[in-house]
Amino acid sequence: MRWQVQLQSQLGRGASVFELDIAFTSNASRLVLFGPSGAGKTQTLMMMSGLNAPQQGRVVFDDRVVFDSRQGVNLVARQRGLGYVFQDYALFPHLTVRQNMGFALQQGWRNPDRVHNDSSVAHWLAVFQLQAVGDLYPEQLSGGQRQRTALARALVAQPRALLLDEPFAAMDRPLRQRLREELLQLQEELSLPMVLITHDDEDVQAFAQEVIQIEHGKVISDATPYG
Amino acid sequence: MDTAWVALALTLKVAGWATALNLVLGIAVGFALSRWRFKGRDVLDAVLTLPMVLPPTVLGYYLLVMLGRHGTIGHWLKEQLGIQLIFTWQGAVIAASVVAFPLVFKAARAAFENVEPSLEQAARVLGLGEAAVFFRVTLPLAWRGILAGTLLAFARATGEFGATLMVAGSIAGETQTLSIAVYEAVQAGQDATANFLVLVTSISCLAVLLGAGYLAPGRVAGQADRGQR
Repeated sequence: MRWQVQLQSQLGRGASVFELDIAFTSNASRLVLFGPSGAGKTQTLMMMSGLNAPQQGRVVFDDRVVFDSRQGVNLVARQRGLGYVFQDYALFPHLTVRQNMGFALQQGWRNPDRVHNDSSVAHWLAVFQLQAVGDLYPEQLSGGQRQRTALARALVAQPRALLLDEPFAAMDRPLRQRLREELLQLQEELSLPMVLITHDDEDVQAFAQEVIQIEHGKVISDATPYG
Repeated sequence: MDTAWVALALTLKVAGWATALNLVLGIAVGFALSRWRFKGRDVLDAVLTLPMVLPPTVLGYYLLVMLGRHGTIGHWLKEQLGIQLIFTWQGAVIAASVVAFPLVFKAARAAFENVEPSLEQAARVLGLGEAAVFFRVTLPLAWRGILAGTLLAFARATGEFGATLMVAGSIAGETQTLSIAVYEAVQAGQDATANFLVLVTSISCLAVLLGAGYLAPGRVAGQADRGQR
C-alpha cells in the first residue's frame, strides 16, 4: 500500500480548538485531498511529510513506517524523503533561482554558490524553461515561474513522492489550467507519486486518480471518481 | 591633542569588544527568546531590557557589587583566575556591553520573529539539519535587522559614560574613553581639548547612525547585492 495514514490531533487554541481525526489508505499515484479551507488539509499534509507530528497515529509510505506514536517512530522530514511544495512556494528570498534549486544538493552550513552549475539543476532549468531567469531572485519572477522554481527545487532533491499544498491557488484561471496540465504530464513522465490538496473541484477533475474529501478535520468520503 | 587620539583609540577598542561580545550573545539570546516558549520568558525579556531604561550609574553600581572584590563574581574571578575587572579596560568592556546589550538582542529577536516559518520548514524538508537551517536560512534573512541593532549598540557603547566611570574609573590611557575624557577636560577647564573631543565623538556617532539607517529592517536581504532597481 502506498499510503496508510491515520492521524489524531487537537489543533488550534481556546475557542477555535478542533479535532483532527483523519484515516485513509490509498494506492493512487495522484491522490487529492479535497475540502474547504480550514478543514485540516494542510495539517494532514504536514503530518504526512514530517514537518508536524500528530498527537497519535501512524503514517506508512510504500510499506515503510515513517510515523507511529505507539512504537515511538517519528522520522523527521529529511529522513522521509518526501518533496513538499508549499502554498506560497516558500522560495528563499535571499537566493537566486539557481541557488534555490540547488539547495538540497549541498549539505553543510553554506548555501550553494551563485554560479554553481550542477547537472540536475541545469536539467530542471531547461525542463521548466527557467534558464533565462536562473540568476534572478524570487521576487523578480512571475507567479508561474515561482511555482516552477518551487517544483524544480523539490525535484532536484529526488524525492520518493511529492506533496503539493494548493499549488494553483495563487494563479489566474488560464495559468492555472496550463500548469495543471504541466503537472499532470510531469507526474506521468516521472511516475512520481503525488498528493495534492485543493479546495477547487476543477483540480480534482483534472488531476485526481483518487479523492479523499475532508471537512472539519474528518474524512467524509473516500472515492475514486473518474474511472 | 594626544589625549584625544589615545581616548579615541581606547573608545574604539572598548566599543569594538563590547559589540563583538553583544553580537554573539545577542544573536543567541534573541534566537532563544523568539523560538522557545517557556515560563518566565516575558520576565527574562524585561530583565534583559532593563539596561536600556535604568540610569547607567545604577547599572554601574550593580556591576560594582557583582564584579568588585567582595562581589560574588569578582571574588571568584580573583580567587580562581587571578583576574580583576574593576578599574581595567576589560571592566569598561563589560560595562559598555551590559548597557548596549538590549539594542542587539531586541533587534535580533524581532528579526528572527520576522523570518517566515515556512522558509525554515522548506529547508528542513529539503534535507537540512537544524544548525544548517539556522546558518543557511534563518540567519541570512535576519542578518540586516541584527546588523542595524548591532551598529546602534556600537554607537551606544562608544558614548557610554556612567556605568563605565563607576566600574572602570578614569585612568588616562587605560580606561579614559572619549566621553569620560570630555568630562575630565571640561572639569579641568581645557576648552580646546573638550571642543576637539566633542567634535570627534559627534562625527563618529553620526557615521554609525547613518550606517544603521541604511541597514534598517524592511529591506530584504540580498537587495544590497543587486543595488536599487
